[in-house]
Amino acid sequence: MEIKKVLNGEKLEIFLSGRLDAVTSQDLDKVVSSSLDGVKELVFDLSDLSYIASAGLRSLLVAQKRMKKQGSMKLCHVNKDVRDVLEMTGFVDFLTIEED
Amino acid sequence: MGGERESRALTIEAAVENLTAVNAFVEELLEQMACPMKIQLQIEMAVEEIFVNIASYAYAPKTGAVTIRGAVAEDPLGLELTFEDSGIPYDPLAKADPDVTISLEERDVGGLGIFLVKKIVDDIHYEYEEGKNILTIRKNMV
Repeated sequence: MEIKKVLNGEKLEIFLSGRLDAVTSQDLDKVVSSSLDGVKELVFDLSDLSYIASAGLRSLLVAQKRMKKQGSMKLCHVNKDVRDVLEMTGFVDFLTIEED
Repeated sequence: MGGERESRALTIEAAVENLTAVNAFVEELLEQMACPMKIQLQIEMAVEEIFVNIASYAYAPKTGAVTIRGAVAEDPLGLELTFEDSGIPYDPLAKADPDVTISLEERDVGGLGIFLVKKIVDDIHYEYEEGKNILTIRKNMV
């Protein structure tokens, strides 16, 4: 998986591409724990994310819990397969997903 | 195929880092069948969740082997996968499903992996036999 970060003032965009699985989610956890200081708006762009497993959900959950304390978080460009997983697990209920 | 059922197996150390090798094994199995992309993703996810569970708990804090067997099943066409480990006896199906309606604050993702597996596959069962955990899943192609 590739993780690309674009910081613009207090807004951080994270572009994920490839597979967010039990191995690659560890990389995302590192990025999340080291990059959010001072961030008020976190956007995950999932245009190129083809797959998410429960480990990836956990990473998003950790990010969401942290952002709830310091600002906002949203996901955009979520494809159908990834959305299915978010729906099955009820994650759609507390994540903000921007409609395309 | 004429009734010939090809079965393949992979024995590998149950370690999360080996997920890539496990995925490659599953992809190879699926090459034999015309598998729709969505179903392929679901199979990959089921395999990942089960493998990661075994890697995380079966032998902790030590490590051990897991054998994954795959075979094309017929009537209806599907893929049957069996996971065998010699770790502590553990029936992942005995655990209650997590509550997927609770709020963010109360959420933790324990148990979510197996919950997803149960939602995705068409059949799943567990046996403990001769010191081995044996979990079998079946995913139909339609």
